[in-house]
Amino acid sequence: MDGDQIKAWEALCIEEQPPACAAACPLRADARGMAEKMAAGDFAGAMGLFSRVVPFPAIIAHICEHPCEAVCRRAEAGGAVRLGALERALVEEAYPTIRRTAQRARKPKTIAVVGAGLAGLTAAFDLTMKGHAVTVFEAEPRPLERLRHDAYPSLLPPSAVEADLGALISLGVDIRCRQRVTGGDGLLVLADLIAAHDAVLLAIGPGPAIPFAGTLRLTSAGRIDLDPITLATSRPAVFGSCLHTGDDETYSAIFSVRDGRRAAVSIDRFLQGASLTASRADDNATGTCLYVNTASQVAVPPVEPADPTAGYSHAEAMSEAARCFPCHCLECVKACAYLAHYKTYPKRAVREIYNNDSIIMGNRKSNRMIDSCALCGLCETLCPNDLAMGDVCLDARQSMVERGHMPASHHDFALRDMAFSRSDEVAFVRHQPGHDQSAVLFFPGCQLPASAPHQVEAVYRYLSERLPGGVGFMMDCCGAPAHWSGRKALHREVLDHLHAVWQEQGRPRIVTACSTCLKQIGEFLPDIPVSSLWTELAAIGLPDVAVPRSVVKSLAIHDPCTSRHAHDVQAAVRSIAASMGADVRELTGAEKTTCCGYGGLVSFANPEVGNAFVDQRIAESDDDYLAYCAMCRDNFARRGKRALHLIDLIFPDADDPAARPDPGFSGRRDNRLRLSRRMRRDLWGESMSDPVPSVSLIIADSVRAEIECKLLLVDDIAEVIAEAQRTGCRLKDRISGHFTASGRIGTVTTWVEYEPTEAGFVVHRAYGHRMQVEVKP
Amino acid sequence: MTGTSGDIPDLVCARCDKPLEMRKVEASYLGQTFPVELPCCPSCGFVYVSEELASGRMLKVEQALEDK
Repeated sequence: MDGDQIKAWEALCIEEQPPACAAACPLRADARGMAEKMAAGDFAGAMGLFSRVVPFPAIIAHICEHPCEAVCRRAEAGGAVRLGALERALVEEAYPTIRRTAQRARKPKTIAVVGAGLAGLTAAFDLTMKGHAVTVFEAEPRPLERLRHDAYPSLLPPSAVEADLGALISLGVDIRCRQRVTGGDGLLVLADLIAAHDAVLLAIGPGPAIPFAGTLRLTSAGRIDLDPITLATSRPAVFGSCLHTGDDETYSAIFSVRDGRRAAVSIDRFLQGASLTASRADDNATGTCLYVNTASQVAVPPVEPADPTAGYSHAEAMSEAARCFPCHCLECVKACAYLAHYKTYPKRAVREIYNNDSIIMGNRKSNRMIDSCALCGLCETLCPNDLAMGDVCLDARQSMVERGHMPASHHDFALRDMAFSRSDEVAFVRHQPGHDQSAVLFFPGCQLPASAPHQVEAVYRYLSERLPGGVGFMMDCCGAPAHWSGRKALHREVLDHLHAVWQEQGRPRIVTACSTCLKQIGEFLPDIPVSSLWTELAAIGLPDVAVPRSVVKSLAIHDPCTSRHAHDVQAAVRSIAASMGADVRELTGAEKTTCCGYGGLVSFANPEVGNAFVDQRIAESDDDYLAYCAMCRDNFARRGKRALHLIDLIFPDADDPAARPDPGFSGRRDNRLRLSRRMRRDLWGESMSDPVPSVSLIIADSVRAEIECKLLLVDDIAEVIAEAQRTGCRLKDRISGHFTASGRIGTVTTWVEYEPTEAGFVVHRAYGHRMQVEVKP
Repeated sequence: MTGTSGDIPDLVCARCDKPLEMRKVEASYLGQTFPVELPCCPSCGFVYVSEELASGRMLKVEQALEDK
């Protein structure tokens, strides 16, 4: 796989972008994570997230302007989550759970911080946590004097200040008050501080700094001249943090903390000899491109505390926190049984797939995950950036096949089925009887002949009557299984064969009954004119049938994933169904249709995911389903959903077509084979007999269902029994009298336990394995 | 894959009319070979693989080898 392409795919998935609240927070506090934990009652966990980035949780909870609330996406559905009130409830309950331990630096540095405001103390906190020895010099009698009196006297309880300051001092920060640092004369001179410490931070607030003019370069406004990114002064080892208000002098607590933190990062980098500027450009970024589908959310108003002065109680805080969605994109994951099964999202899945592809030695643990995507295109339709997991998985499959790493068991059965459909036993092409050329070639595909063979014949006879210029008939495979399984060479071979046959037949227009064939031919054989049987029938009109059509009640229409973007086909199908009196109801609509479990061969590589696709779909409506892909219809039927195929409406073949069972894999092969022989015999007068089984089998429904699940074929079972009876090579159970025999068919050893009776051989069970066993010579 | 498949079932080789006995056999898949003891006909060497083995340990080993 191409690394650049992988990066491009990864970049399209925005699930890992921060939620708006965290993006707007100057400290990047994970308000989404906190709300999730509080909603679950885990206040200590929420406090862990909060106190990890917020140095003074009690103070900040009370006086932060909470820019997170201003951008909260819940505002679009009932009102922003009251994150400030939640933080206060959190501090009220879980403050004592905060656990902080400073790192132990191998070579602690000494740092002087001038100014015990929020910025200075934040820097002191951060640098102490890094293991440095920090001394704070404050001119006033107490730290945070300005906060206590000027900024928020009504909001900030003195207990909050004392709690946070106590925690800071207990970490080891040395705060010395009534210590005015001066530029020239005085007891404490800046130049002396610089000489006595490894680094100095001047966190002196937004005012002018004229006294330091002799020591540091000042701006024309008389402020310390600082680098706007690194907060470095003109003098090495000296940093400042007085820019937080920009030109106006509006005080902001949270931006003061951010400034102090930024200065601390610079000082720590300086002390380590690291770059002051690397990876700091987005410090100020506040936006996010995380997509959140707020329209799908029910509006819920904010929780009002019973006692507004006391704030939220524990229960009220939990309820308010539960109003956080939380913000995620996951548009594809919400709709896709495959991504949901693997509990992943595209960005992570793409990386996992690439890692799997890059393994030289070791287990490729993601092989089955890669082969479990239905390649249905729904994720691409839902994704705000049109990322198609199917493209990623198909590319990975092709790479696996090319490198010889594709697990044989994942696609063997489907490819063997395809080979059967393409074999001389089944595949054939003929001009219409009595014609030596074809204007149109009817191509029913593999699955409709496997599911509704009699209707295929009826369709062909009808098209032959109604379309001029000769209607040829071609039974063959479009190559979709080769494509889906990543077999590029085999796929090419199928396409070349189709193209050659089409040319031999005089380049007729191809009419397909199957949406997948239509898409395959349209995409890979663009010079072949191809159209859908359904648009064809909508154009030429429907046949009058002798048998009265069953009364159709309401039907929920399911479009196959390969028709997702075939608008003309979707319209034709709906118009046909409506013209037959069906009350057609939409499920998700064609564009957002889901896979039936057959797409991408998922049901062979991962039956559990395959079934999850079907089950999710059939739970959407109680109406009978109307499909126009035979695989979709049969999968619905297999999982117990009443479903009919559009062809059942047009060419009725049963009283209750929605109750038609899934023929199963063995039945599908038999139906194809019989249809092929019958048509060649009846329409073209060729001598063809119906297939005769080698032995007569009796198989109970439950046994037959198990055989289906194990991807074994009744024909193979018959062959094993016939061979065992011929050679006598079999085991006998002395108690039950049952025989057990085995035979290697293709890459699978098939075992059968059977019992000869007068009516035939009763099959009691069958199973298979790929490993070969033999006695050592 | 090592070890045995457990108890010998009550099976006889119908052709040789002999009860099966545990024998050392070779199991192989994707070019890898493992010694394993399985019930065999002592006369003709017919090896029996039970469904329990085929869908259990043997399947696990097959899948592990396929992912190598």
